[in-house]
Amino acid sequence: MGTLAEVSGNLGSIAYGLAAIGPGIGVGIIFGQGVQAIARQPELTNVIRTNMLLGFALTEALALIGFVVPFVHS
Amino acid sequence: MSARHLLASPGGIAAPAGDEFQAPGTEIFEWGPLWDGAPSWVTKPTLIAALSVIIVVGFFWAAFNKPKLVPRGVQNIGELGYLFVRDQVARPMIGKDSDRWMPFLLSTFFFILVINWMGVVPVMQLPIASHIAFPIVLAIVVYVMMWFLSIKSQGFVGWFKNMLFPPGLPKPLYVLYAPIELLSVIILRPFTHSVRLFANMFAGHLLLAFFATVAWWFLFEKLTPLGAGLGVLGFVMTIVMTAFEMFVQALQAFIFAMLAASYIGGALHPDH
Repeated sequence: MGTLAEVSGNLGSIAYGLAAIGPGIGVGIIFGQGVQAIARQPELTNVIRTNMLLGFALTEALALIGFVVPFVHS
Repeated sequence: MSARHLLASPGGIAAPAGDEFQAPGTEIFEWGPLWDGAPSWVTKPTLIAALSVIIVVGFFWAAFNKPKLVPRGVQNIGELGYLFVRDQVARPMIGKDSDRWMPFLLSTFFFILVINWMGVVPVMQLPIASHIAFPIVLAIVVYVMMWFLSIKSQGFVGWFKNMLFPPGLPKPLYVLYAPIELLSVIILRPFTHSVRLFANMFAGHLLLAFFATVAWWFLFEKLTPLGAGLGVLGFVMTIVMTAFEMFVQALQAFIFAMLAASYIGGALHPDH
């Protein structure tokens, strides 16, 4: 039985594409909700922005690990 | 001093000038000793690190050596920086006793800001945080500090009890909560803290190098009517991405300092 499907080239780029899906959604949610929160409570802008960036940093870490791993294993 | 290891990485020079366009890879991060016969640790990254320390120390020395009640000149900028770190980083994260931690947070923030911005300064053009060693050392300092402060203020058992079993959750949830929290606080924290800074600088530098190489290759090395448009696009993107990189570099310095402050704050006050 021959191969049904084959992927050639750099697998790292595919892996990064997959790894970016989740954090992409997460970062979108964080900033969308953050902007909404600021629009509703403009006087709390500083607190909201700080927490927004904190959440952004934690979510983004996943995408960055996905970016680094192919280099580690190459 | 040989210019070979100062202006271009050896990998870039040694690459064969073929007919095909070649995107820059990880070889742009490999720097040899500055001159022949130099100790192996005297490289461009360490040179930039030393220079950054001198810049940060010199700046704050000039700003706060003879402080005046009515600030003049560079003291204005120094106070702006101090107020920014105090009001945006230290106070929201640590709370009332935040002023004790200002020396550490201020120097951490400005050191990382300067080493990151070295990535866009002409001639330097290497964010040294793109070598994992630099972020790891900074993250380990924060991590050891977190252990020390946690044990000092809560006690070893108390710290783990506060961390793994905070009151107010339904009993069965602790089975799920405790292992996740243990993993994220004890093991993943120093890892994500350092890799976040490293990967941002690494990716940003690679991106800038890629667009600059596109512009150079299609406009100067192999100028063709069809390729010229691509070269112009690469040139414009280099400028746009440089501006974007400066923003990202400042943001990463801010996030690193903010996370450091939040780890310290969590160690001192387990409530939040």
